[in-house]
Amino acid sequence: MAQEQINKAGLIIIGGSSGSLEVLMKVLPALKKDFAIPLIIIMHRNTVADSALTELFASRTSLNVKEADEKDALQAGYIYIAPPDYHLLTEADRTLSLDVSERVHYCRPSIDVSFMSAAVAYKNELVAILLSGANADGAAGIKTIKEAGGYTIVQEPGEAGVSYMPEQALLTNAVDRVMKGDELAEWLNNLK
Amino acid sequence: MVEAEAIELLLHKVVSRYGYDFSDYARASLHRRIDLFYTKTKQPSFTLMQERLMQDPVFFMNFVEQITVNVTEMFRDAGFYKMLREHVLPVLATYPFIRIWHAGCSTGEEVFSLAILLKEANLLHKSILYATDINQAVLAKAKTGIFHVATMRQNSENYIRSGGKEDFSVYYHANHNNAKFDSALSEKMIFSTHNLVADASFNEFQLILCRNVLIYFNRELQGKVLQLFDRSLDSLGFLALGSKESLKFSPIAGYYKQVVYNEKVWRKNK
Repeated sequence: MAQEQINKAGLIIIGGSSGSLEVLMKVLPALKKDFAIPLIIIMHRNTVADSALTELFASRTSLNVKEADEKDALQAGYIYIAPPDYHLLTEADRTLSLDVSERVHYCRPSIDVSFMSAAVAYKNELVAILLSGANADGAAGIKTIKEAGGYTIVQEPGEAGVSYMPEQALLTNAVDRVMKGDELAEWLNNLK
Repeated sequence: MVEAEAIELLLHKVVSRYGYDFSDYARASLHRRIDLFYTKTKQPSFTLMQERLMQDPVFFMNFVEQITVNVTEMFRDAGFYKMLREHVLPVLATYPFIRIWHAGCSTGEEVFSLAILLKEANLLHKSILYATDINQAVLAKAKTGIFHVATMRQNSENYIRSGGKEDFSVYYHANHNNAKFDSALSEKMIFSTHNLVADASFNEFQLILCRNVLIYFNRELQGKVLQLFDRSLDSLGFLALGSKESLKFSPIAGYYKQVVYNEKVWRKNK
Protein backbone atom coordinates (compact mmCIF):
# COMPACT_ATOMS: atom_id res chain seq x y z
CA MET A 1 0.00 0.00 0.00
CA ALA A 2 1.24 3.41 -0.82
CA GLN A 3 -1.38 5.53 0.89
CA GLU A 4 1.38 6.92 3.11
CA GLN A 5 2.63 8.85 0.09
CA ILE A 6 -0.64 10.73 0.04
CA ASN A 7 -0.76 13.31 2.74
CA LYS A 8 -4.44 14.07 2.49
CA ALA A 9 -6.64 13.19 -0.47
CA GLY A 10 -8.98 16.07 -1.28
CA LEU A 11 -10.37 14.75 -4.54
CA ILE A 12 -10.48 11.46 -6.45
CA ILE A 13 -10.82 11.75 -10.22
CA ILE A 14 -11.47 8.70 -12.38
CA GLY A 15 -11.30 8.58 -16.17
CA GLY A 16 -12.34 5.73 -18.39
CA SER A 17 -13.49 4.73 -21.82
CA SER A 18 -14.56 1.43 -23.33
CA GLY A 19 -14.26 -1.41 -20.84
CA SER A 20 -14.32 0.89 -17.82
CA LEU A 21 -18.03 0.75 -17.04
CA GLU A 22 -17.71 -2.83 -15.74
CA VAL A 23 -14.92 -1.73 -13.38
CA LEU A 24 -16.89 1.19 -12.00
CA MET A 25 -19.97 -0.96 -11.52
CA LYS A 26 -17.87 -3.05 -9.12
CA VAL A 27 -15.94 -0.22 -7.46
CA LEU A 28 -18.78 2.16 -6.67
CA PRO A 29 -21.02 -0.30 -4.77
CA ALA A 30 -18.00 -1.36 -2.70
CA LEU A 31 -17.15 2.14 -1.45
CA LYS A 32 -17.95 2.56 2.22
CA LYS A 33 -21.07 4.51 3.16
CA ASP A 34 -19.14 7.31 4.84
CA PHE A 35 -16.56 7.64 2.06
CA ALA A 36 -15.46 11.19 2.75
CA ILE A 37 -13.63 12.30 -0.38
CA PRO A 38 -15.46 13.87 -3.33
CA LEU A 39 -15.15 11.83 -6.49
CA ILE A 40 -15.37 12.88 -10.15
CA ILE A 41 -15.96 10.42 -12.98
CA ILE A 42 -15.17 11.24 -16.61
CA MET A 43 -16.52 8.60 -18.94
CA HIS A 44 -16.42 8.65 -22.71
CA ARG A 45 -19.84 7.94 -24.14
CA ASN A 46 -21.09 6.69 -27.45
CA THR A 47 -24.23 8.76 -27.61
CA VAL A 48 -24.01 12.49 -27.31
CA ALA A 49 -26.87 13.23 -24.95
CA ASP A 50 -26.86 10.19 -22.72
CA SER A 51 -27.55 11.19 -19.13
CA ALA A 52 -28.48 7.65 -18.14
CA LEU A 53 -25.02 7.00 -16.70
CA THR A 54 -25.79 9.12 -13.64
CA GLU A 55 -28.93 7.11 -12.89
CA LEU A 56 -27.12 3.85 -13.47
CA PHE A 57 -24.37 4.70 -10.96
CA ALA A 58 -26.87 6.16 -8.48
CA SER A 59 -28.65 2.82 -8.38
CA ARG A 60 -25.46 1.07 -7.27
CA THR A 61 -24.19 3.17 -4.38
CA SER A 62 -25.47 4.84 -1.25
CA LEU A 63 -23.29 7.89 -1.98
CA ASN A 64 -24.95 10.82 -3.75
CA VAL A 65 -24.44 10.65 -7.50
CA LYS A 66 -25.10 13.74 -9.57
CA GLU A 67 -24.45 14.91 -13.09
CA ALA A 68 -22.02 17.77 -12.56
CA ASP A 69 -23.35 21.31 -12.88
CA GLU A 70 -21.25 24.41 -13.25
CA LYS A 71 -20.53 26.11 -9.88
CA ASP A 72 -21.15 22.89 -7.93
CA ALA A 73 -18.97 22.99 -4.82
CA LEU A 74 -17.09 19.68 -4.50
CA GLN A 75 -18.42 17.95 -1.40
CA ALA A 76 -17.65 14.79 0.51
CA GLY A 77 -20.20 12.05 -0.01
CA TYR A 78 -20.79 13.03 -3.62
CA ILE A 79 -19.89 11.43 -6.92
CA TYR A 80 -19.94 13.89 -9.84
CA ILE A 81 -20.43 12.59 -13.36
CA ALA A 82 -19.17 14.69 -16.29
CA PRO A 83 -22.24 15.60 -18.39
CA PRO A 84 -22.42 14.46 -22.01
CA ASP A 85 -20.96 16.85 -24.61
CA TYR A 86 -19.25 19.18 -22.09
CA HIS A 87 -15.72 19.28 -20.73
CA LEU A 88 -15.72 19.30 -16.93
CA LEU A 89 -13.14 21.48 -15.19
CA THR A 90 -12.21 22.10 -11.57
CA GLU A 91 -11.69 25.68 -10.40
CA ALA A 92 -9.07 26.81 -7.86
CA ASP A 93 -11.89 27.50 -5.38
CA ARG A 94 -12.86 23.82 -5.68
CA THR A 95 -16.04 24.33 -7.59
CA LEU A 96 -16.80 22.80 -10.97
CA SER A 97 -17.20 24.49 -14.32
CA LEU A 98 -18.19 23.40 -17.82
CA ASP A 99 -16.85 24.19 -21.24
CA VAL A 100 -18.04 23.27 -24.75
CA SER A 101 -14.75 23.96 -26.50
CA GLU A 102 -13.25 21.67 -29.15
CA ARG A 103 -13.12 17.94 -28.57
CA VAL A 104 -9.82 16.58 -27.29
CA HIS A 105 -8.82 13.14 -28.63
CA TYR A 106 -12.22 13.23 -30.38
CA CYS A 107 -13.86 13.39 -26.97
CA ARG A 108 -16.03 15.77 -25.00
CA PRO A 109 -15.89 15.26 -22.08
CA SER A 110 -12.15 14.73 -22.33
CA ILE A 111 -10.27 13.06 -19.50
CA ASP A 112 -7.13 15.16 -20.19
CA VAL A 113 -9.07 18.42 -19.81
CA SER A 114 -10.56 17.34 -16.48
CA PHE A 115 -7.33 15.83 -15.15
CA MET A 116 -5.26 18.91 -16.00
CA SER A 117 -7.57 21.42 -14.36
CA ALA A 118 -7.98 19.23 -11.26
CA ALA A 119 -4.18 18.99 -11.05
CA VAL A 120 -3.94 22.77 -10.82
CA ALA A 121 -6.74 23.03 -8.25
CA TYR A 122 -5.78 20.14 -5.96
CA LYS A 123 -2.03 19.65 -6.52
CA ASN A 124 -0.75 17.02 -4.04
CA GLU A 125 -4.23 16.36 -2.70
CA LEU A 126 -5.37 14.78 -5.95
CA VAL A 127 -5.66 11.07 -6.64
CA ALA A 128 -6.28 10.13 -10.28
CA ILE A 129 -7.28 6.75 -11.64
CA LEU A 130 -7.25 5.90 -15.35
CA LEU A 131 -9.14 2.81 -16.43
CA SER A 132 -9.66 0.76 -19.56
CA GLY A 133 -10.05 2.43 -22.97
CA ALA A 134 -9.12 2.46 -26.64
CA ASN A 135 -8.01 6.08 -26.73
CA ALA A 136 -4.94 8.07 -25.64
CA ASP A 137 -7.05 10.54 -23.67
CA GLY A 138 -5.90 10.76 -20.04
CA ALA A 139 -2.19 10.08 -20.54
CA ALA A 140 -1.19 13.75 -20.76
CA GLY A 141 -3.47 14.46 -17.81
CA ILE A 142 -1.74 11.76 -15.73
CA LYS A 143 1.60 13.41 -16.48
CA THR A 144 0.32 16.85 -15.45
CA ILE A 145 -1.12 15.46 -12.22
CA LYS A 146 2.14 13.75 -11.32
CA GLU A 147 4.10 16.94 -12.02
CA ALA A 148 1.74 18.88 -9.77
CA GLY A 149 2.37 16.45 -6.91
CA GLY A 150 -0.73 14.29 -7.23
CA TYR A 151 -0.93 10.50 -7.00
CA THR A 152 -1.60 8.50 -10.18
CA ILE A 153 -3.02 5.03 -10.66
CA VAL A 154 -3.82 3.09 -13.83
CA GLN A 155 -5.71 -0.12 -14.27
CA GLU A 156 -3.43 -3.05 -15.05
CA PRO A 157 -3.46 -3.20 -18.86
CA GLY A 158 -3.47 -7.01 -18.85
CA GLU A 159 -6.84 -7.18 -17.15
CA ALA A 160 -8.36 -4.03 -18.66
CA GLY A 161 -11.13 -4.61 -21.20
CA VAL A 162 -9.09 -2.50 -23.62
CA SER A 163 -5.46 -2.05 -22.63
CA TYR A 164 -4.53 0.91 -24.85
CA MET A 165 -5.54 3.74 -22.52
CA PRO A 166 -3.66 2.55 -19.42
CA GLU A 167 -0.69 1.58 -21.63
CA GLN A 168 -0.49 5.09 -23.07
CA ALA A 169 -0.48 6.50 -19.54
CA LEU A 170 2.30 4.11 -18.48
CA LEU A 171 4.46 5.38 -21.35
CA THR A 172 4.58 8.80 -19.66
CA ASN A 173 6.50 7.29 -16.70
CA ALA A 174 4.23 9.30 -14.44
CA VAL A 175 2.21 6.45 -12.94
CA ASP A 176 2.64 5.76 -9.23
CA ARG A 177 0.78 2.51 -9.12
CA VAL A 178 -0.79 -0.14 -11.35
CA MET A 179 -3.82 -1.83 -9.86
CA LYS A 180 -6.41 -4.43 -10.69
CA GLY A 181 -10.01 -3.28 -10.85
CA ASP A 182 -10.84 -5.52 -7.91
CA GLU A 183 -8.27 -3.84 -5.67
CA LEU A 184 -9.47 -0.30 -6.22
CA ALA A 185 -12.43 -0.09 -3.86
CA GLU A 186 -10.52 -1.38 -0.83
CA TRP A 187 -7.60 0.89 -1.58
CA LEU A 188 -9.90 3.89 -1.86
CA ASN A 189 -11.73 2.95 1.35
CA ASN A 190 -8.42 3.05 3.20
CA LEU A 191 -7.50 6.53 1.96
CA LYS A 192 -7.29 9.31 4.49
CA MET B 1 1.72 25.42 -18.06
CA VAL B 2 1.80 29.17 -17.61
CA GLU B 3 1.55 30.34 -14.00
CA ALA B 4 -1.84 31.67 -12.95
CA GLU B 5 -0.26 34.91 -11.70
CA ALA B 6 1.23 35.67 -15.12
CA ILE B 7 -2.15 35.17 -16.75
CA GLU B 8 -3.91 37.40 -14.24
CA LEU B 9 -1.35 40.12 -14.86
CA LEU B 10 -1.91 39.83 -18.60
CA LEU B 11 -5.69 40.09 -18.19
CA HIS B 12 -5.19 43.19 -16.09
CA LYS B 13 -3.10 44.80 -18.85
CA VAL B 14 -5.68 43.80 -21.45
CA VAL B 15 -8.43 45.75 -19.65
CA SER B 16 -6.38 48.92 -19.44
CA ARG B 17 -5.15 48.71 -23.03
CA TYR B 18 -8.27 47.47 -24.87
CA GLY B 19 -11.20 47.61 -22.43
CA TYR B 20 -11.97 43.90 -22.79
CA ASP B 21 -12.58 42.73 -19.25
CA PHE B 22 -12.21 39.00 -18.60
CA SER B 23 -11.93 39.34 -14.83
CA ASP B 24 -15.36 37.78 -14.21
CA TYR B 25 -14.79 34.81 -16.50
CA ALA B 26 -14.54 31.37 -14.89
CA ARG B 27 -10.83 30.76 -14.52
CA ALA B 28 -10.15 27.10 -15.35
CA SER B 29 -11.45 27.32 -18.91
CA LEU B 30 -9.98 30.79 -19.56
CA HIS B 31 -6.52 29.79 -18.31
CA ARG B 32 -6.60 26.67 -20.43
CA ARG B 33 -7.52 28.68 -23.55
CA ILE B 34 -4.79 31.25 -22.92
CA ASP B 35 -2.33 28.40 -22.45
CA LEU B 36 -3.46 26.88 -25.76
CA PHE B 37 -3.14 30.24 -27.55
CA TYR B 38 0.37 30.67 -26.17
CA THR B 39 1.36 27.20 -27.37
CA LYS B 40 -0.37 27.46 -30.73
CA THR B 41 1.05 30.86 -31.69
CA LYS B 42 4.57 29.66 -30.74
CA GLN B 43 5.58 32.83 -28.93
CA PRO B 44 9.19 32.80 -27.69
CA SER B 45 8.05 33.56 -24.14
CA PHE B 46 4.89 34.50 -22.30
CA THR B 47 6.33 37.94 -21.58
CA LEU B 48 7.05 38.57 -25.25
CA MET B 49 3.57 37.39 -26.16
CA GLN B 50 2.19 39.85 -23.65
CA GLU B 51 4.21 42.68 -25.18
CA ARG B 52 3.03 41.79 -28.66
CA LEU B 53 -0.58 41.69 -27.46
CA MET B 54 -0.19 45.20 -26.10
CA GLN B 55 1.32 46.54 -29.32
CA ASP B 56 -0.52 44.65 -32.03
CA PRO B 57 -4.34 45.07 -32.11
CA VAL B 58 -4.71 42.49 -34.89
CA PHE B 59 -2.84 39.92 -32.82
CA PHE B 60 -4.99 40.92 -29.86
CA MET B 61 -8.26 40.38 -31.77
CA ASN B 62 -6.97 36.96 -32.72
CA PHE B 63 -6.30 36.37 -29.01
CA VAL B 64 -9.89 37.31 -28.10
CA GLU B 65 -11.18 34.98 -30.78
CA GLN B 66 -9.04 32.09 -29.58
CA ILE B 67 -9.59 32.40 -25.84
CA THR B 68 -13.36 32.60 -26.11
CA VAL B 69 -15.08 29.39 -27.13
CA ASN B 70 -16.64 29.44 -30.59
CA VAL B 71 -17.66 25.83 -31.02
CA THR B 72 -21.23 25.57 -32.24
CA GLU B 73 -23.41 23.51 -34.54
CA MET B 74 -26.80 23.74 -36.24
CA PHE B 75 -29.78 22.65 -34.17
CA ARG B 76 -27.50 21.91 -31.23
CA ASP B 77 -29.62 19.91 -28.73
CA ALA B 78 -32.35 19.04 -31.22
CA GLY B 79 -34.91 18.59 -28.42
CA PHE B 80 -34.49 22.25 -27.55
CA TYR B 81 -35.45 23.31 -31.09
CA LYS B 82 -38.38 20.92 -31.08
CA MET B 83 -39.60 22.60 -27.91
CA LEU B 84 -39.20 26.03 -29.54
CA ARG B 85 -41.34 24.86 -32.47
CA GLU B 86 -44.04 23.46 -30.23
CA HIS B 87 -44.20 25.87 -27.30
CA VAL B 88 -42.58 29.19 -28.17
CA LEU B 89 -43.18 29.92 -31.87
CA PRO B 90 -47.00 29.53 -31.55
CA VAL B 91 -46.92 32.30 -28.93
CA LEU B 92 -44.57 34.50 -30.97
CA ALA B 93 -46.96 34.06 -33.90
CA THR B 94 -49.54 36.18 -32.08
CA TYR B 95 -47.25 39.25 -32.24
CA PRO B 96 -47.44 41.58 -35.25
CA PHE B 97 -43.66 41.83 -35.29
CA ILE B 98 -41.08 39.55 -33.69
CA ARG B 99 -37.72 40.79 -32.43
CA ILE B 100 -35.17 38.15 -31.43
CA TRP B 101 -31.73 38.60 -29.90
CA HIS B 102 -29.20 35.83 -30.24
CA ALA B 103 -26.46 36.81 -27.78
CA GLY B 104 -23.08 35.10 -28.20
CA CYS B 105 -24.04 33.73 -31.62
CA SER B 106 -20.48 32.75 -32.60
CA THR B 107 -20.26 31.65 -36.25
CA GLY B 108 -24.04 31.77 -36.63
CA GLU B 109 -25.09 28.12 -36.96
CA GLU B 110 -27.80 28.49 -34.34
CA VAL B 111 -29.05 31.76 -35.86
CA PHE B 112 -29.58 30.02 -39.20
CA SER B 113 -31.25 27.12 -37.36
CA LEU B 114 -33.71 29.53 -35.78
CA ALA B 115 -34.35 31.29 -39.10
CA ILE B 116 -35.26 27.90 -40.61
CA LEU B 117 -37.69 27.28 -37.75
CA LEU B 118 -39.27 30.70 -38.27
CA LYS B 119 -39.54 30.16 -42.00
CA GLU B 120 -41.25 26.82 -41.52
CA ALA B 121 -43.69 28.39 -39.06
CA ASN B 122 -44.32 31.12 -41.66
CA LEU B 123 -43.02 33.77 -39.25
CA LEU B 124 -39.73 34.77 -40.80
CA HIS B 125 -41.26 37.57 -42.89
CA LYS B 126 -42.33 39.41 -39.72
CA SER B 127 -39.22 38.61 -37.66
CA ILE B 128 -35.88 40.26 -37.19
CA LEU B 129 -32.91 38.43 -35.69
CA TYR B 130 -30.21 40.45 -33.96
CA ALA B 131 -27.16 38.25 -33.67
CA THR B 132 -24.29 39.51 -31.53
CA ASP B 133 -20.93 38.30 -30.34
CA ILE B 134 -17.81 39.74 -28.72
CA ASN B 135 -15.73 38.65 -31.75
CA GLN B 136 -15.71 40.47 -35.06
CA ALA B 137 -14.09 37.53 -36.82
CA VAL B 138 -16.80 35.00 -35.99
CA LEU B 139 -19.50 37.51 -36.94
CA ALA B 140 -17.87 38.04 -40.33
CA LYS B 141 -18.08 34.31 -40.86
CA ALA B 142 -21.67 34.14 -39.61
CA LYS B 143 -22.67 36.85 -42.10
CA THR B 144 -21.54 34.81 -45.07
CA GLY B 145 -24.03 32.04 -44.28
CA ILE B 146 -21.42 29.57 -45.50
CA PHE B 147 -20.66 26.49 -43.46
CA HIS B 148 -18.49 23.49 -44.12
CA VAL B 149 -20.28 20.92 -46.22
CA ALA B 150 -18.87 18.10 -44.08
CA THR B 151 -21.10 19.17 -41.19
CA MET B 152 -24.29 18.94 -43.25
CA ARG B 153 -25.00 15.30 -42.54
CA GLN B 154 -24.98 15.90 -38.80
CA ASN B 155 -26.94 19.13 -39.27
CA SER B 156 -29.55 17.31 -41.30
CA GLU B 157 -29.91 14.63 -38.60
CA ASN B 158 -30.27 17.31 -35.92
CA TYR B 159 -32.80 19.14 -38.09
CA ILE B 160 -34.95 16.03 -38.45
CA ARG B 161 -34.77 15.33 -34.71
CA SER B 162 -35.89 18.93 -34.13
CA GLY B 163 -39.11 18.14 -35.99
CA GLY B 164 -37.99 19.33 -39.44
CA LYS B 165 -40.04 17.90 -42.30
CA GLU B 166 -38.15 19.14 -45.36
CA ASP B 167 -35.18 17.67 -47.13
CA PHE B 168 -32.53 19.74 -45.31
CA SER B 169 -30.60 20.35 -48.55
CA VAL B 170 -33.34 22.71 -49.81
CA TYR B 171 -31.83 25.33 -47.49
CA TYR B 172 -28.35 25.47 -49.00
CA HIS B 173 -26.33 25.16 -52.17
CA ALA B 174 -23.28 22.97 -51.91
CA ASN B 175 -20.17 24.03 -53.80
CA HIS B 176 -16.92 22.13 -53.22
CA ASN B 177 -16.42 22.28 -49.44
CA ASN B 178 -18.96 24.99 -48.84
CA ALA B 179 -22.66 24.92 -48.11
CA LYS B 180 -24.08 28.39 -48.69
CA PHE B 181 -27.42 28.95 -47.01
CA ASP B 182 -30.34 30.58 -48.79
CA SER B 183 -30.10 34.38 -48.59
CA ALA B 184 -33.84 34.48 -47.83
CA LEU B 185 -32.82 33.21 -44.38
CA SER B 186 -30.10 35.79 -43.75
CA GLU B 187 -32.12 38.76 -45.04
CA LYS B 188 -33.72 39.07 -41.63
CA MET B 189 -30.46 38.92 -39.66
CA ILE B 190 -28.50 41.84 -38.27
CA PHE B 191 -25.01 40.98 -37.06
CA SER B 192 -23.20 43.25 -34.65
CA THR B 193 -20.50 43.11 -32.00
CA HIS B 194 -21.78 43.30 -28.46
CA ASN B 195 -19.84 42.58 -25.29
CA LEU B 196 -22.12 41.19 -22.59
CA VAL B 197 -19.64 42.31 -19.94
CA ALA B 198 -19.72 45.99 -20.86
CA ASP B 199 -22.44 46.87 -23.39
CA ALA B 200 -26.00 47.95 -22.62
CA SER B 201 -29.43 46.86 -23.70
CA PHE B 202 -30.25 48.04 -27.24
CA ASN B 203 -33.86 47.05 -27.89
CA GLU B 204 -36.83 45.15 -26.50
CA PHE B 205 -37.24 41.55 -27.62
CA GLN B 206 -39.83 38.81 -27.56
CA LEU B 207 -37.16 36.10 -27.47
CA ILE B 208 -33.55 36.18 -26.29
CA LEU B 209 -31.28 33.18 -26.81
CA CYS B 210 -27.94 32.92 -25.06
CA ARG B 211 -26.78 29.32 -25.06
CA ASN B 212 -23.53 28.07 -23.56
CA VAL B 213 -22.19 31.54 -22.85
CA LEU B 214 -23.05 31.99 -19.17
CA ILE B 215 -21.09 28.83 -18.26
CA TYR B 216 -17.90 30.85 -18.89
CA PHE B 217 -18.84 33.55 -16.37
CA ASN B 218 -18.67 33.68 -12.58
CA ARG B 219 -21.90 33.88 -10.61
CA GLU B 220 -21.77 37.65 -10.29
CA LEU B 221 -21.37 38.28 -14.01
CA GLN B 222 -24.04 35.68 -14.78
CA GLY B 223 -26.42 37.69 -12.59
CA LYS B 224 -25.49 40.96 -14.31
CA VAL B 225 -25.98 39.51 -17.78
CA LEU B 226 -29.32 37.96 -16.84
CA GLN B 227 -30.43 41.36 -15.55
CA LEU B 228 -29.39 42.85 -18.89
CA PHE B 229 -31.56 40.27 -20.65
CA ASP B 230 -34.39 41.00 -18.24
CA ARG B 231 -34.22 44.71 -19.16
CA SER B 232 -34.17 43.77 -22.84
CA LEU B 233 -37.20 41.47 -22.76
CA ASP B 234 -40.80 42.30 -23.46
CA SER B 235 -43.05 41.81 -20.40
CA LEU B 236 -44.07 38.34 -21.61
CA GLY B 237 -40.86 37.55 -23.46
CA PHE B 238 -38.94 34.27 -23.58
CA LEU B 239 -35.38 33.61 -22.46
CA ALA B 240 -33.51 30.53 -23.73
CA LEU B 241 -30.27 29.20 -22.21
CA GLY B 242 -27.91 26.26 -22.80
CA SER B 243 -28.63 22.75 -21.58
CA LYS B 244 -26.46 23.12 -18.46
CA GLU B 245 -27.47 26.71 -17.65
CA SER B 246 -30.26 27.90 -15.40
CA LEU B 247 -31.97 30.92 -13.86
CA LYS B 248 -31.70 29.23 -10.47
CA PHE B 249 -29.63 31.35 -8.03
CA SER B 250 -30.03 34.40 -10.31
CA PRO B 251 -31.54 37.72 -9.20
CA ILE B 252 -34.28 37.49 -11.86
CA ALA B 253 -35.45 33.92 -11.10
CA GLY B 254 -38.57 35.09 -9.27
CA TYR B 255 -40.09 36.74 -12.35
CA TYR B 256 -39.65 33.83 -14.71
CA LYS B 257 -41.41 30.51 -15.22
CA GLN B 258 -39.91 27.57 -17.04
CA VAL B 259 -42.04 26.86 -20.12
CA VAL B 260 -41.53 23.09 -20.24
CA TYR B 261 -40.13 20.97 -17.41
CA ASN B 262 -36.42 20.27 -17.97
CA GLU B 263 -36.18 22.41 -21.12
CA LYS B 264 -34.14 25.57 -20.86
CA VAL B 265 -36.68 28.22 -21.81
CA TRP B 266 -38.27 30.59 -19.35
CA ARG B 267 -41.09 33.08 -19.83
CA LYS B 268 -41.07 36.45 -18.15
CA ASN B 269 -44.06 37.23 -16.00
CA LYS B 270 -43.97 40.74 -14.59
